[in-house]
Amino acid sequence: MDLFIAIFTGTIIAATPLIFAALGELVVEKSGVLNLGIEGMMLVGAAVGVWVSYAGLPMPLAIMSAAAAGALASLLFGVLALTFLTNQYAAGLSLTIFGTGVSAFIGKGFGSAPIDALIPLEIPFLTEIPVIGPLFFNYDPLVYFSFIMFGLISWFLYKTKAGLVVRTIGESPESSHAIGYPVIKIRYLAVMFGGAMAGLGGAYLSLAYTPLWVENMTAGKGWISLALVVFAAWRPARVLFGAWLFGSMTILQLQGQALGISLPSEVLSSLPYIATIVVLVVISKNWQFLALNFPTSLAKPFRPAE
Amino acid sequence: MPSFREIQEELPNVLETNMTPRLELRHICKRYPGVIANDDVSLSIMPGEIHAVLGENGAGKSTLMKIIYGAIRADEGEMVFDGNPIASHGPSVSRALGIEMVYQHFALFESVSVVENIALSVSGTFDLAALANRVRDVSKKYGLPIDPHRFVYNLSVGERQRVEIVRCLMQKPKLLILDEPTSVLTPQAVIKLFETLRQLAAEGCSILYISHKLDEVQVLCDSATVLRNGLITGTAKPKQSTPIELARMMVGADLPETHLDPSTTSDTPFLNVNHLTAPSDNPFGISLNDVLLSVFGGEVVGIAGVSGNGQAELISFLSGEVLFKGADTITLGGKDVGQLDAGYRREQGLAFVPEERLGRGAVPPHHLSDNAMLTGHRLGMVKNWMIQRGKANDFAAQIIRKFNVKTTGYESAANSLSGGNLQKFIVGREIELGPKVLIISQPTWGVDVGAAAFIRQALIDLSRTGAAVLIISEELDELFEVCDRLYVICQGQLSKSLDRKNTNVEEVGLLMTGLNNNSNSDNSKAF
Amino acid sequence: MFALLGHNPADTLFAFFITPLMTINGISEWLLKASPLILIGCGLAIGFRANVWNIGAEGQLVIGAVCASGVGLFYPAPESALLLPLMVIAGMAGGMVWAAIPAFLRARMNTNEILVTLMMTYIATLLLSLLVHGPWRDPDGYNYPQTALLPDAAMFELFDPMYRLNTSILITVVAVFAMWFFTERSFFGYKMSVGGAAPLAARYAGFKQSGSIWMGLLISGGLAGIAGMAEAAGPLGQLSAQISPGYGFAAIIVAFIGRLHAVGIVLGGLLLSLLYLGGEAVQLSLGLPSALTSIFQGMLLFFLLASDFLIFYRFTPSPKPTKGGVT
Repeated sequence: MDLFIAIFTGTIIAATPLIFAALGELVVEKSGVLNLGIEGMMLVGAAVGVWVSYAGLPMPLAIMSAAAAGALASLLFGVLALTFLTNQYAAGLSLTIFGTGVSAFIGKGFGSAPIDALIPLEIPFLTEIPVIGPLFFNYDPLVYFSFIMFGLISWFLYKTKAGLVVRTIGESPESSHAIGYPVIKIRYLAVMFGGAMAGLGGAYLSLAYTPLWVENMTAGKGWISLALVVFAAWRPARVLFGAWLFGSMTILQLQGQALGISLPSEVLSSLPYIATIVVLVVISKNWQFLALNFPTSLAKPFRPAE
Repeated sequence: MPSFREIQEELPNVLETNMTPRLELRHICKRYPGVIANDDVSLSIMPGEIHAVLGENGAGKSTLMKIIYGAIRADEGEMVFDGNPIASHGPSVSRALGIEMVYQHFALFESVSVVENIALSVSGTFDLAALANRVRDVSKKYGLPIDPHRFVYNLSVGERQRVEIVRCLMQKPKLLILDEPTSVLTPQAVIKLFETLRQLAAEGCSILYISHKLDEVQVLCDSATVLRNGLITGTAKPKQSTPIELARMMVGADLPETHLDPSTTSDTPFLNVNHLTAPSDNPFGISLNDVLLSVFGGEVVGIAGVSGNGQAELISFLSGEVLFKGADTITLGGKDVGQLDAGYRREQGLAFVPEERLGRGAVPPHHLSDNAMLTGHRLGMVKNWMIQRGKANDFAAQIIRKFNVKTTGYESAANSLSGGNLQKFIVGREIELGPKVLIISQPTWGVDVGAAAFIRQALIDLSRTGAAVLIISEELDELFEVCDRLYVICQGQLSKSLDRKNTNVEEVGLLMTGLNNNSNSDNSKAF
Repeated sequence: MFALLGHNPADTLFAFFITPLMTINGISEWLLKASPLILIGCGLAIGFRANVWNIGAEGQLVIGAVCASGVGLFYPAPESALLLPLMVIAGMAGGMVWAAIPAFLRARMNTNEILVTLMMTYIATLLLSLLVHGPWRDPDGYNYPQTALLPDAAMFELFDPMYRLNTSILITVVAVFAMWFFTERSFFGYKMSVGGAAPLAARYAGFKQSGSIWMGLLISGGLAGIAGMAEAAGPLGQLSAQISPGYGFAAIIVAFIGRLHAVGIVLGGLLLSLLYLGGEAVQLSLGLPSALTSIFQGMLLFFLLASDFLIFYRFTPSPKPTKGGVT
């Protein structure tokens, strides 16, 4: 039972940074923009979070700075992709590389000194309940926040007019523009939101998951988040599901021996990537499944016609 | 006692309030580089009047409508709405005034529902449930029931148009503009639509009805203005005119007779289409129905028809850009080519000039020498998988010289040429391939007069060397100038072949506009 | 930025860019690092021109290194003169096979190659890790994750025993010429560029898209594989977990900086290699963080992409008349 709890909670925790980054990118892609710079933005968020924390400032400030840093970093991509109308793949890649470098730059000199990590919240009474307590009520605030964000984003996209506007911009920016909506402005906002979320995801890694700074500590989680969005066929609920799946893979690797799995850890670690490929193939063959949620204008530059 | 002057000033006002036109256009002009879209157009519409705007494609109807709606600005002239001049115009001004427009190509979002689509253009609180109720009420009232919660991708084209119309009706318009509304409707849906429009007109809404379908205009409209080449060629009361009179105003009676050398045609057709039926794979496409077509060597054959009647689909099958599964349905020189792609068909002697020049007929950023290679490479420009650059340059230079392409040289990029010159280059390239069959779509669209004449002559000359030439065009003038035989395409069906000498514009005009009684297919369905 | 770190900017820039080139050893390292960047960049550019986005060159590099090292370690005749050529072939084949999978998935199943090549990179790295931690680990290697040293016959010859530059750079030179030839002179290269610039025109001309996809991925995969092999059979001398400092990704930047042309790629590769070296140099001499290299790379790419827009904007020809503008 303890093992089960460990796996369950471990999965939730491992999934949290993915949830942040992937939900953010989902909103961005829903508006028709493809930002490959998630890895860079997450690292920037992670580094800034640690930096602020080392400066002795309180944790909430560190978290907010990380989000702000991510949003700022995303502007680099935004300007290239939305105003200069460069190839979005190249723009996103440049952000990844730049963000990786900047984060390492900020992070130099931190050493591996641990920081005051974000500790799990003790909810009076609820945390005490045997079994249910540790399973559901023993997480740090950011984990709960990730679920709140999921709810907010789902509500926003599907129950508000603004969300409707974002989705329809993703389908056809030309038609939206014809109706009179400021397509480029809205896309900028979406990109910055995605940056803030990626920053949060990175901050989670450096402030809660492994509370210290290591260069390149995201180790590809940004790319996995990107795959998660496709995996989820652009629906928020499926992002959660996919994040748990990937999170569980990570935990499997850690708890492999305890579970009696004798495969080498590398094989276990590669499962998420193989799974992603398989899912991508299946999804791409079956366009009807995707079509409804796929933002048709994804990654195509939009030039407002006169 | 009021002075005479005061009485004079009073009188027009008294008269006007009884007869204020809903909309008045005065001397509207709109020019684009190389063409005058609207040339001194004036018209007026009364409240409750259903007014048709007739004309062929390219006549200037849609431009005029966009000016009225405020999507484009006129270069000259003014508009007066309900007696008040419109100073600065735009789509929001139109909506405020009560002008609504249903476009020919709808701007609906497929991935969301009907009510969500409508919500995007409606201001106020975002209450989908209330909006859905309003949608139901309005749609029922006007006889166009729709379910507000259905997703648009699930709707047929006719149903989508209903959504567009209901969206307009919900704004309680004073002037409703409809651009070719029935090109996507079944006869029953057309009847329903007309009932709706009559109901609307009875309530005082003015309706501007753009169409080229004379039979419908006669049934529905009180009055009509006819446009041709940007000019008004006449006004009429459709219910009192004959279709022939209207057709004559649309397509014009003064066509210069061209001098065509007589030629002997080949014994067997070079290009043959044998009972081609192809259902469309997307809701906006046109299904082709039992198309029979043959083109012999030594002649120029034309396919007349308003754009959107199946030309694009047919052309893609003929060019090889889309493969056709049936056997022996498309043959080149007797050989079945349905399954061969565009490259292989060129080996068989086919050449093709598409209506899209940049992006399909030529690669925009490439220079002319590269573009010459696009289809010309089989003339010895490739040896051992390597490009023979010299030969490509020579070929490009040859085209430039022979076809009078105004450019600095074969090093210039395709997208630096004017439309007319690029078209001359592409036409030249395909003709210089020495094909047995040349298919060309909209040969002189957007091309200046001089280049147009040049291209037409080149097509005639090509046929006189023994090749088969097939022209698909919307311009009847052009077809009558160069063709020996004509077909007419309408709603995916092809008419019987007409000899140019034995027909005239009126007959062809009628066939183009839907009075298709002599389709050569075995199952001519009523549409 | 340098000022922020408390160093004189001019001095730092000098130390970054000029100092590394002032010694022969420096030049040797410069060329050594530039070689794989240029090699892979050439391959990637061929694909990019045709809109085939191979982001996974890093993975193909790794697999190439693995295959080549496998041959090098286990070939029954470790003295044979055939060993090195065989390893080159193995490296190339490995990279090509690794790239063939995303090619197949894109050509036949319409699966986007960006994500697939990326995922394959992670799988490749894990495979490498598995091998060097497990079955291939050098028993005399103090438990480090690396294989035994490759036999002498498996190594590229050094130009001079003092410096690390080896004959593998000749492969790169050949590749550059071959790439130039392919893109400028070959018909297939022409067909691929049409497919990338105007897919409808490619269909109009009868150029098949699948051909471009396979060629783009296989060529870039093969070249990346050779680059991986050259790392193992060159400066490293063995297969280890850290086979590449991100050459596969940096090569993407090289391709872009080089505007997808052979000459540009050479210059871009040299520039990026200099950035790597400079980063190391200032790290040693001035204590500046190595992260600077990445920052510079990112900034470089950013400015390049931005200038693209500015140049294009200035030289855009006046708008063409559309089709009469009327319907």
